[in-house]
Amino acid sequence: MPTLRGIALCLVLASPAAFAAGTNSSSPNLGQPVRPADVARWDIEILADGAGLPAGEGTAAQGAAIFAEKCSACHGDGGRGTALLHSGASAPPALVNDQKLKGMDASRITIANYWPYAPPLFDYIRRAMPWNEPRSLTDHEVYALTAYILAENKVIDAKQTIDARTLSKVRMPNRDGFLPRFPELMPR
Amino acid sequence: MEKRTGLPSDDETFEQVAGNGLLHRRALLGKGAAAAGILGAGLGPSATGAAAEPLVEPPWGLQVGDDTPAYQTPSKFAKNVVRTLSNPKFEPRSSISRTPHHLLEGTRTPNGLHFTINHTGIPEIDPQQHRFLIHGLVKRPLIFTLDALLRYPMTSRAAFVECGGNSAPLFSPTPIQADVQALHGLASCAEWTGVSLSILLDECGIDPRAKWFIAEGADGPHLMRSISLAKGLDDAMIALYQNGEPLMPGNGFPMRLLLPGYEGNMNVKFLRRIKLVSGPAMSYWETQVYTEPMPKGKSYNFDFLNEVKSFITRPSPGLDLKQPGFYEISGIAYSGKGKISKVMVSADGGKSWGEAALQAPVPSKAFTRFRMPWRWDGRPVILQSRAWDDQGSYQPTRAEFVAARGQLDAEPSVLAFKNHHCNTITSWAVNSHGKVTHAYA
Repeated sequence: MPTLRGIALCLVLASPAAFAAGTNSSSPNLGQPVRPADVARWDIEILADGAGLPAGEGTAAQGAAIFAEKCSACHGDGGRGTALLHSGASAPPALVNDQKLKGMDASRITIANYWPYAPPLFDYIRRAMPWNEPRSLTDHEVYALTAYILAENKVIDAKQTIDARTLSKVRMPNRDGFLPRFPELMPR
Repeated sequence: MEKRTGLPSDDETFEQVAGNGLLHRRALLGKGAAAAGILGAGLGPSATGAAAEPLVEPPWGLQVGDDTPAYQTPSKFAKNVVRTLSNPKFEPRSSISRTPHHLLEGTRTPNGLHFTINHTGIPEIDPQQHRFLIHGLVKRPLIFTLDALLRYPMTSRAAFVECGGNSAPLFSPTPIQADVQALHGLASCAEWTGVSLSILLDECGIDPRAKWFIAEGADGPHLMRSISLAKGLDDAMIALYQNGEPLMPGNGFPMRLLLPGYEGNMNVKFLRRIKLVSGPAMSYWETQVYTEPMPKGKSYNFDFLNEVKSFITRPSPGLDLKQPGFYEISGIAYSGKGKISKVMVSADGGKSWGEAALQAPVPSKAFTRFRMPWRWDGRPVILQSRAWDDQGSYQPTRAEFVAARGQLDAEPSVLAFKNHHCNTITSWAVNSHGKVTHAYA
C-alpha cells in the first residue's frame, strides 16, 4: 500500500523540475527541451522494418503520373534511365532494371536485385527527391511513387495498394544477401 | 659546427636498406648542418655539376609589395595547388572535389583543399537559424543552437576523413593512368574541434533500449546514416571548427558529425538531427551505395571502418624525376583502427623493403607522414609503400586484395565507383627518363 510520502515522491519525480534536478550538474545543460509534437516535421526516418511509416497510401497507377511529371527528366521514361549527361558522366541511376548482379561490379546493383528492405525506398524518396525540390512530395505521392517503382520492378503486383502495413510486408528478393563487414562492431 | 656524436658515420649513411637505392631512414633524422653534410656525403659530388649563376637583387626586393587581404589566399605561383572537380558545370548529380596530395606536405589538409562530396549542392546555412535535435530513445529530447554548443567544453583532435569510394580506380584490372589526386584524393586530414557527442547524449539521458542512432543532415538529400551507439559514446564529436576556423561550407558548416576512422559518408555534414533507435534504418546510403558486392556469395554491408592504407605522394605521376641522384620519398599512411606502427617502402616492386621514418607525433586515426631517403641510379624502378597499424592490421598486397575482394572485368572510368573500400598497395613505375606512371606489381 503506497504511503502518502511515496505518492508525493512520485509526483516530484514526474515533474519537469525533477528532470532538471536529475541531470549532471557539472554538465552545461544548455539544450532546450522540446515536445515530441514539435519535432514531427523533422521526424522522418523510416527504419528497415517500416517503423515510422506515416498514414497514407498510393498505387502504381497514381505513381506513374507523378513519376512522368517529377522524376522522368532525370531517371528516364518509366525509370529506365537516361543517356549520359552532357559532360559524359553517368546519368542518375535507372530505377527500373532487370539486370542481374554479377561479381563485384557495384554498377550492376538495382533496387530489384539488391535492396534488402522496401521501406527505405519510401524514406529516400521522401527525404531527398526530387533532386531539385526535396521534401516537396506529400506522403500520398511518396507511397504512390514507391508502389510504381516496386511494381515496374515486378516486386509487387501492379494493382496492390501500398501503405504502411503493406510496404512493411514486402519481401525484397535479396533480403538475405548481406553480411556485416565488421560483425564485432555491430550492436547486440 | 654541430657535434656529430650520435649521428651515423659516412659509411652508415651509404647503407642501402633495400634494392634500387633505398637508404636507411637514419639519413633523415639528423639535425641542421650536420645532417645536410651527411646527405651530401651520401650523394658524392654535386649532382648538377655546373656552377650557379651569380646572384642578383630581384625586383620584388626593390619595391613595395601588395597590400594585406583580410583572408589570405595562396601565391599566384601556387595556383595549380587546387582540387579537381567532378561536376564543374553543376549538372543534377553529386559534386566531388579531390585533394591534390602530390602538391601538399605534412599531415593537415588545408581547408580550401579538403575533399568534398555533396549530393545536392552546398547548402547556405544561417548558423543562427540552424537547430540540432537529439531525440528518440532518450529521457529528454533536446534542441541545441550553435551558440549553446559554443559554450560546451571542447576537444581538438586530428582525424582523417576518407570516402568509402576513395581508391576505387584500383578495382580496375589494369592500372588506370591517373595521378594520386585522382586515385586517392577522397581522403583528407584536419584538426577538428568540437563537443563530444557523449556529453550531449548524457544530458538527454539514454534509454537502455537504444542500440543505434541515426544522424541526419540539413541539406537537400537530408542524408541519413545508422551508427552504433557505442561509437557515438566512444570518440564521436560534433565538430564546429576545422583546422582552427569554422567548418568550410563544403565540409558541413555550421556543424558536422565526426566519427574518427569511420567511412566518410557516416560523418554526416550539416548535422541537424540525431535520433536514438533500436535498430538500423538500412537507408539508401547503407543499402544501395556504401555496400560491397563480392566476387561470389553475399555482399558486405555496414563497412564502418576505413582500414589501414598508405600511398607515396612524391614522387608520383606528374612529379617526374629530372635526373638521377638523391630524392626523398614522401607519403601518407593512416588507419581507421588506430595509429600507424610501421611503413615499409620498396623500390623494386616489392622484392625488398626498407622501413620508412614516421613523422612524430603519430596520432590515432589521422594522417601520418612517412619519409624514406633514396638515391636513384637512373634505371627503371617500381616504388611502393605498405603500412601497418598498432591493432595488428596491415595493408594488403594487390594479389592479396584481389584474392579477397576481386577486380573488375574491364577498366572503368577513373571517376566511377564500381566498389568501395579499397586499401591495396599502390605502385608507381619510374622509367629511365624519370617519368612516373601508375603500375601494378
